[in-house]
Amino acid sequence: MRKRGLAYWFLLALTLLVSAFLIVPVGMSILAGLTVNYFIGVESGLTLQWLAQVWSDHRHTVFLSLKIALACLFCTLLIGVPTAYVLARRQNAFTRALEELLVMPVAIPGLATALALIVMYGGMGDFRRSWSFILVGHVLFTLPFMVRSVLAVLSSIDLKTFEEGARSLGASFTQRFFGIVLPNCRSGILAGSLMVVTLSLGEFNMTLLLHTPLTPTLPVGLADAYASLRMEVGSAYTLVFFIIIIPLLVVMQWAAAPARIGTGQSR
Amino acid sequence: MFNTLLRDDRLWLVALLAPVAIFFIAFFLLPLGRLFLIGGSGELGWGAYVAAFTDPYYIRSLVATLMLSVSVTVVTLVISGFVGVFLQRNQFSGRALLTAMLTLPLAFPGVVVGFMVIMLAGRQGLIPDVTEALTGERLVFAYSMAGLFMGYVYFSIPRTILTVMAAAEKLDPRVEEAARSLGAGQWRVVRDVLVPGLKPALLSAGAICFATAMGAFGTAFTLATRINVLPMVIYTEFTLQANIAMAAALSFVLGAITWVALLLARTSAGRTVAAAG
Repeated sequence: MRKRGLAYWFLLALTLLVSAFLIVPVGMSILAGLTVNYFIGVESGLTLQWLAQVWSDHRHTVFLSLKIALACLFCTLLIGVPTAYVLARRQNAFTRALEELLVMPVAIPGLATALALIVMYGGMGDFRRSWSFILVGHVLFTLPFMVRSVLAVLSSIDLKTFEEGARSLGASFTQRFFGIVLPNCRSGILAGSLMVVTLSLGEFNMTLLLHTPLTPTLPVGLADAYASLRMEVGSAYTLVFFIIIIPLLVVMQWAAAPARIGTGQSR
Repeated sequence: MFNTLLRDDRLWLVALLAPVAIFFIAFFLLPLGRLFLIGGSGELGWGAYVAAFTDPYYIRSLVATLMLSVSVTVVTLVISGFVGVFLQRNQFSGRALLTAMLTLPLAFPGVVVGFMVIMLAGRQGLIPDVTEALTGERLVFAYSMAGLFMGYVYFSIPRTILTVMAAAEKLDPRVEEAARSLGAGQWRVVRDVLVPGLKPALLSAGAICFATAMGAFGTAFTLATRINVLPMVIYTEFTLQANIAMAAALSFVLGAITWVALLLARTSAGRTVAAAG
């Protein structure tokens, strides 16, 4: 081991500083959501009253966001996994163009996509007012993550040999798809699913334009609370969001870990 | 062999691709086409697209958005480059915890990031408290371009660090050792070994930083509606002015700029990979 020089300590200090920059406000916000009066500080005492208030006034936004996230997961699985499979099997001008197209809703600002959906379908009152209007935006935005994630796994295995073997034994297409393809891309499906749910729960850029007063999602409710409610309530609302999103993130990192060992990249 | 497999399966493959094709045509391509036409259907006609580049108000906000995005990208890449390589190359106790802390905000949406900025630099924030203790004056900058800058850096650091760490893992540490043993100083190693090795990762992470800073508006929405970045201008045109044509033209321009930036980054990253391989 080399002697740890000046550069090491400088970089360690920088890393600590950056971690503090990211984590301190999270801690402050959690504390603010549990404090009786944020202006006075923790001396004013700790309370769950703000959490209770958020839950009673805004829990419908939590449920709506969870509903949309699960529906979004269902849609991306239904159309994303088959897409990834076809992309893994065929490489031609058409599939490359499709791959390019799939990423576009992530590349161009959500605002533009949302406006496009509104000018096209805004006139269809029932559709415009329902939560499925938001769902369409979320599926557009999250689909590439599901496809990429499954495609990465499918490209790393020898799909061709598996399928030829199964076919020579008389397996039909559906038998191969459900018996070989799907079980083999489990890890990709899991990683993609976590990503889709997390992204859908936090999506705001499109949702702000796609939602109506009857369909406010969790991030839309958060933005309203930051603008109009007292600091403690905004913080407690944020805490509710953290309670939902942080377990998902932990599972995501845990799910990503074995995959990395599998590729032989660990030290 | 695989070709016979392909021929037999062709119908199935087409059938599997049909749902995604229909979905994308109905909910993405057609709406975008409509948006483009509507951009040219306002008072200014197709001149709306010209106005996006000539009207002083739009020009100012376009330039401000570009400058903000470029500086966010540069600062994020420098910070995350150093921190990512450092975490990848050094073993010390607490390293896993630090990595977890640095990647925790990965899934925070822009609105929440805006609130984090308020926590740090808002009216009752930490930074004003600190500057008051030090200089007697409260430095509140959350509700300005500086606050937005801070928010976007906050937003981009976790994903960029992850990308840098993954890329640094694939670099052979022996090359750095060799450079050092040949007498290269710390900075020469960074400049001649690490930066070229990480270039594809830095390019793609930088492109994503740039694209998010250009198009995101959750953070700006939380901080203040007075920050005239392009997404806020589009939102105001659409909701307050009800100028749908101008909003459409501006979002088309914004979308085109971000998309081209991503495309350029990807092609040049691809070229670097090809040159290295």
